[in-house]
Amino acid sequence: MKDLNILLAGFGGQGILFTGKVIAYAGLMEGCEVSWLPSYGPEMRGGTANCSVCLSDNKIGSPLVTNPDVLVAMNLPSLEKFEKDVVPGGIIIVDSSIIDKKVERTDVKTIYLPASEIAERNGIKGAANMVILGKLFKETGFCTPENLDKGLQKTIPAKKMDLLDKNRLCIRLGTEN
Amino acid sequence: MSDKVLMKGNEAIAEAAIAAGCRHFFGYPITPQTEVAAYMSKRMPKIGGVYLQGESEVASINMVLGAGAAGVRVMTSTSSPGISLMSEGISYIAGSDVPCLIVNVERGGPGLGGIQPSQSDYFQATKATGHGDFHMLVFAPSTVQETVDLISDAFDLGDKYRMPTMILSDGLLGQMMEPVVLPEAKEPTDNKDWAAKGHQGKREHNVINSLYIEPSVLEKLNFERFEKYKKIQETEQRAEEYLADDAEIIVVAFGASSRIAHSAVDMARKQGIKAGLIRPITLWPFPEKFIKKHVDHAKVFLSVEMNMGQMVEDVKLTVENKKPVHFFGRTGGMVPTPKEVLEQIIKLNGGDC
Repeated sequence: MKDLNILLAGFGGQGILFTGKVIAYAGLMEGCEVSWLPSYGPEMRGGTANCSVCLSDNKIGSPLVTNPDVLVAMNLPSLEKFEKDVVPGGIIIVDSSIIDKKVERTDVKTIYLPASEIAERNGIKGAANMVILGKLFKETGFCTPENLDKGLQKTIPAKKMDLLDKNRLCIRLGTEN
Repeated sequence: MSDKVLMKGNEAIAEAAIAAGCRHFFGYPITPQTEVAAYMSKRMPKIGGVYLQGESEVASINMVLGAGAAGVRVMTSTSSPGISLMSEGISYIAGSDVPCLIVNVERGGPGLGGIQPSQSDYFQATKATGHGDFHMLVFAPSTVQETVDLISDAFDLGDKYRMPTMILSDGLLGQMMEPVVLPEAKEPTDNKDWAAKGHQGKREHNVINSLYIEPSVLEKLNFERFEKYKKIQETEQRAEEYLADDAEIIVVAFGASSRIAHSAVDMARKQGIKAGLIRPITLWPFPEKFIKKHVDHAKVFLSVEMNMGQMVEDVKLTVENKKPVHFFGRTGGMVPTPKEVLEQIIKLNGGDC
C-alpha cells in the first residue's frame, strides 16, 4: 500500500513548490490520491518556503505533513526546524552544497547530495531542486519513470517548455549521483 | 469525463463559479483568499464578464447587491475580517431576497488575527452574519472537488430560494492543491422575473428593497421568509456519515477538520475502538437528521473544530442532553493533528493515552 508523506523545505526561489507539484502530478498519473499544500504568508518572501505533498492509496486526511517519511532540506533553517519531525526509518535528503551541518538523527537514512553543485557543473544553475527530485525518485520509487516525466511535463508552464530537457537532465543526474 | 487537473482550492472556486454561469465578481483582496480574485481578474475580461475590485469590502458587497438585484449570477469572496466588513450589506441582501454567492476562506481571529487556517467564523456564518432575522445557506466543503461541486449547487439553491448562500472554506482548503474534475460549463441565464432589469414599459416596476417602516408589514415579510427557512431546514440538510452506523463514539467535524477527524477515526478503528464520523456539509441548515438517527446507539459525541467551540453548541441542541457531547479544538491558525484527535477518542473510550 502506498502512503508517502513528503516535506520539501528551503528558501523561496529554490523551486520548492514546483518540485512538490511535479511529485503531486506524477502521483496523480500513478493513480494515487494526492495533495499539495504550500506554506503561505510573509515567511515566503525572502525567507523559508515549504511544501507538504501526500501520496496515498487511501483518501488523504490532513494535507499538512507534520511527520514526513521524506524530508528534503535545501537550507540550514529548514534542516534544523524539521529534522526532529521525520518518522523513524524515514529519509532526509540534504543539499550538501548549501548545508554544512550533519544530520544528528541516527534512526533515519540521510543522503547528502551536492545538488546545487551538480546542477551548476552541468550548466543549469538553479535546478538543484530537480537533481534532488531525481534522488528522491530513486530512493522511494514513488512512481514509474514514465509517470515522473509526465508529471514534469504537466507542471512546466507552456511558456517554459524549452527547459523541459534541461529539467530531465537534472533529474537523471540526481538518480545517478 | 474530462481530465483530472491539480488545482488550488481558491482557483477551483473561481473556475467553478465561471462554469456555473457567474460573470460578475466584486471583491477586495485579503490573504488567504486572494487567488480567487486574482484568477477572476484574469478570466473575466476574456469571457465578457465583470471583475471589479471595489475600494473596500463594504463597497464590494453593495455592488454584489446591485448586480444580484438586476438578476445576474454574482459572487464575492473574502476572508474572515472581510466578512465582518460586509455584514451590513449581506443583511441588506437577505432582507431584499436577492441571491448571491459569498465565499469565506477563513483565517484565525478575532481582529486582524492571523492568516493561517481557522474555522472560527462558524457562529458568524450560521447564526448572525449581520443584523436582523435572517439566514444564509452555508456549505462547508472538505476537498477541492467538493468545493467545485458545491459552488454550482450554491448558485442554483440561492436562485431557487432567492437568498444569499455561503461557501465556508478556510486557508487550508483554499491554498492546497488536489486533483479535480471541472464541471461542464453552463451559459449564464437571465430569466428572473422578479429582477430589476428594465421593464420597457411592459410591466410594473420590480422593486428590490429592504426598508419597511410599517412594523406589521415587516413582521409579515419576516414570517414568510421564515416559512421558507423552515422548508429549507426540512429539505436541504446534507451530511456525510462515515462508519457511523455501529459507532459508539461519534466525531462531528466539518471542512478541513473533518479530514483530520476522518484519519483519527481510521486510527481508532485499527485499535478496535468503535468510532465514526458525521461530517456536516450544510452548516445552515444544520444536518440534525443525520445526527439524531445515531443518538440512540452512540455513547458519546465529540465535536472537533478549528475554533474554541462553536458547532458543538448545535450538536448539543441536536443531541438534547441524551448523550454527552464533548469538544476538542485548536485555534489561532493551528491545525489539529490526527494523533491529537485520536487521543481524545481514546480518552472518551475510557482508555489512557
